[in-house]
Amino acid sequence: MTETLDAIVVGAGHNGLVCAGCLARAGLNVTVLESAAQCGGMAGPRSLDRDYHIPSLAHTAFPLAEHVRHDLELDRHGYVPGPPAATISLQPDGRHLRLTGHEVSGADLHDADRSAYARFADDYGGFARALTPLMTTRPPRLKDMDFTDKKTLARLGWRIRMGLGKASMYEFLRVVAMNIYDVLDEIIEDERLKGLIAADAVIGHNAGPRSPGTVLTYLMRRFNELGGPMYVVAGNGSQVIDALAAAASGLGVSLQYGSTVEKILVENGRTTGVRLNGGAVLKAPLVVSSADPRTTFLDHVGASQLDAMFTQRVSQIRGAGGIAKLHVALSGAPDFKGLDNEALADRLLIAPSMQYLERAYNHSKYAELSDKPLLEITFPSAHNGALAPAGHHVMSVNIGIAPYELGSGWDAVAQTLPYEIIATIGQYAPNLSLLVVSHEFLTPPRIEQEYRVRGGHWHHGETTIHQSFMMRPLYGAAQYDTPVDGLFLCGAGTHPGGGITGLPGHNAAKRVLELAT
Amino acid sequence: MTMIEKTHFRQPLGRSPFHPRIALLSQSEEWTSWNGYMAPRVVAKLSTEYFAVRSGCSVMDLTPMEKYRISGSDARPFLDRLVTRDISGLAAGRVTYVIWCNDEGKLIDDGTLFQLGQNDYRLCSQHHQLDWLRTSAIGFDVQVEVETQQVAALAVQGPTACSVLAEAGFDDLQALQPFRFQQSACSGLPVMVSRTGYTGDLGYELWMKPNDALPVWDAIFAVQGRYDIHAIGLSALEMVRIEAGFVMPGFDFNTAESTIRAGYDRSPYEVGLGWAVSLDKGQFTGRRALLAESARPAKRRLMKIVVEGNKPVGASFIYDRRNGRQVGEIKCAAWSPILKANLALADIEFDNGRLPRELWARIDYQRELKWHSAWARCHVSEKPFYQPGHRGLTPPNRY
Ligand SMILES: Cc1cc2nc3c(=O)[nH]c(=O)nc-3n(C[C@H](O)[C@H](O)[C@H](O)COP(=O)(O)OP(=O)(O)OC[C@H]3O[C@@H](n4cnc5c(N)ncnc54)[C@H](O)[C@@H]3O)c2cc1C
Repeated sequence: MTETLDAIVVGAGHNGLVCAGCLARAGLNVTVLESAAQCGGMAGPRSLDRDYHIPSLAHTAFPLAEHVRHDLELDRHGYVPGPPAATISLQPDGRHLRLTGHEVSGADLHDADRSAYARFADDYGGFARALTPLMTTRPPRLKDMDFTDKKTLARLGWRIRMGLGKASMYEFLRVVAMNIYDVLDEIIEDERLKGLIAADAVIGHNAGPRSPGTVLTYLMRRFNELGGPMYVVAGNGSQVIDALAAAASGLGVSLQYGSTVEKILVENGRTTGVRLNGGAVLKAPLVVSSADPRTTFLDHVGASQLDAMFTQRVSQIRGAGGIAKLHVALSGAPDFKGLDNEALADRLLIAPSMQYLERAYNHSKYAELSDKPLLEITFPSAHNGALAPAGHHVMSVNIGIAPYELGSGWDAVAQTLPYEIIATIGQYAPNLSLLVVSHEFLTPPRIEQEYRVRGGHWHHGETTIHQSFMMRPLYGAAQYDTPVDGLFLCGAGTHPGGGITGLPGHNAAKRVLELAT
Repeated sequence: MTMIEKTHFRQPLGRSPFHPRIALLSQSEEWTSWNGYMAPRVVAKLSTEYFAVRSGCSVMDLTPMEKYRISGSDARPFLDRLVTRDISGLAAGRVTYVIWCNDEGKLIDDGTLFQLGQNDYRLCSQHHQLDWLRTSAIGFDVQVEVETQQVAALAVQGPTACSVLAEAGFDDLQALQPFRFQQSACSGLPVMVSRTGYTGDLGYELWMKPNDALPVWDAIFAVQGRYDIHAIGLSALEMVRIEAGFVMPGFDFNTAESTIRAGYDRSPYEVGLGWAVSLDKGQFTGRRALLAESARPAKRRLMKIVVEGNKPVGASFIYDRRNGRQVGEIKCAAWSPILKANLALADIEFDNGRLPRELWARIDYQRELKWHSAWARCHVSEKPFYQPGHRGLTPPNRY
């Protein structure tokens, strides 16, 4: 007997799982096809040397938005966001800064900057909240708006005008297209503090603090924080992926691993299903892809099933990755100078100033890697001892800005860079290099290959202004539906972008149900 | 690629390899630019040139026409996605008329597509298309090269064209059917001959190396004493193509890539080329838009009309009755000597998907520099105005 499928979801990353769960909850018969042997995509688990376990790429997260949690009953499936983690900005002179929520502390930090930061955090939290109507639904179309589109814009306008108040609204409109460098320079003196804040505006993007649109990227991140404080992903029970997979299975979704979609089948402008790389064909009237937009359109659908200008725009999506990953297995806990052992549970940054970040970015523009990169460091094992043998630790490092295309080629660099990074961190934790058991280094091309994300990009494509909101991933496919009838997108490449939010998947499911029923 | 010489500014218009001969024949010196080449509007006398097409043999230099060589393993799927028409019948040795649209289903250009061999095609178009072809090539293993300068082309058209070519020493063309081509030779020089044209009469197009251009021209004109053969220019061509009901992109309608104002571009349906759109052939650029358009009542159409009387219909508006509502405008017009009629193509707005019941042209014309205005009734013609039976005969009539 051949079962008739209502929908196929390509990819079991967290967005694919959210989308599949929401579709199944609405009564659709859904199968998720995942090429890897497990779910989670870039947010799934990973092992190092068999005995060490570590989040694959995403090592920090914010609690999922209330409506996503609620719709999939995630809490019932064991979803427990981790405990809040502070961010510690490491300083060469030991005057580290520590930031939790609206509070920042550290040696020689002036009261004026402390309160300026509290105000800034308040204001930008408000700005981020004002974006809510736009983030939690499909972006409005620019042409031929329907009722939902107008409602979204009206709600957005209302939130900006009434939610923020007049003075705040003007400030929002003034800064929203600015860069984070200028904004922070206006209100804060302390270089350390500015570097710390700006790091969150640029990490995962091909941008320095002076790049246009970095206020927006910062606001997106602050938006994710509305669900609760940042935590360190520590795997297993609390991990969002397990809960999502359990919720999806509970709703009747069939999860099939080791199933690589090679082609999305199209007949006369409408999808009819997919073909796997082994040749097997699965039929379904709806296909929802969480693979990145370029892979979905150029490889899975193929230019011959798309219009020429659309194809050209897809091919020009900016999405070369800007981040690399270093995983290190450690035989013990590193001692960070000036920090107590508890600090391993926090997020550590090497982003001492905005100039430092801007320089790190400058190199990437010329296909070079700065020898002073932006580093984001976590120790998931500090939260979950099961991730490493007793007393041992795993360290996860995000390295920015690591250009996808490196002039000298990645191969040679990949041999030496891990040691340089370890040495750099070792300046703050002198015993670090003595503890190294093994390491693995994921370059952007390797991320591209292993996680099947073109460019290896954090967001499946830059979240520059011209690729955001009603332009994400591109005009002509910005409401999750595509020029191919029955084909939808639901991954990080769609609005509102990457990170562990589940919002693309949730918004996409709404859109599928709206158009398919 | 050939480099442009540094003295190019002294000679802004290019010279076709046939130019030396045309320049010798030119009496009226009415030159114009055709795709950057110096091309004659009239060589000697317009009426003579017109009648050469309709009752003798005309020779026209086609070199300025844009020509593209399309090759590579994806050439066929690339072309399939490019053009609106089902080209599954196209095979080596065949030619087909094609049109192509942008994503919005608006016309970009038309042309003739030759299949030269496996994965090897030539596309001839009215306007420069390299940019569009390259854009369309994204995602295909295909090479697109301009070969406008590398191929000299000549149109030999008119009821006696076949006999003229035979007399001029071309290999037998008797069996060549419309929209086919064959490799032929003239005085030992290789010439590809296609039975194609833009005149609505019997005719051939000859494709050769630029170096062979003059000997081939001379071979044809060597039989001028036995046949009425005339070199013709663009003005005669304009008359005969209107008689044949052929539309001219960029003149009868604005092409999509050159349109700035919203709504000024046109879809195939709107210019009467709906027959060249195969919505059921699978994907092609613009299909989605055209599918949607085909489900809506027609907004407008370029119509073939015969205007009563003999007043020269220039740029005239069309009304739904005398002094009525303006419903359209004339895009091109010609007095047809052979039909003794005023012919025109007019862009006409439809009313709820229907052609207005009556059409009237208001013709403004001059008599000895004084302007007059007159009303003339217009009659729609669904068929080409002039379609002589001999044009499709294989073998063609012998003269
Ligand atoms: C180095 C790095 C560090 C990061 N760090 C963080 C972080 O600390 N915090 C954070 O919030 N975010 C982080 N991110 C971003 C975050 O991981 C992603 O934005 C997020 O995981 C995207 O989820 P997704 O479900 O949209 O896509 P993905 O997780 O990419 O899932 C897509 C899935 O589709 C599958 N797939 C693709 N093609 C096919 C096919 N043809 N057939 C079958 N299956 C297919 C893939 O295998 C994958 O499982 C990081 C990203 C990178 C690259």
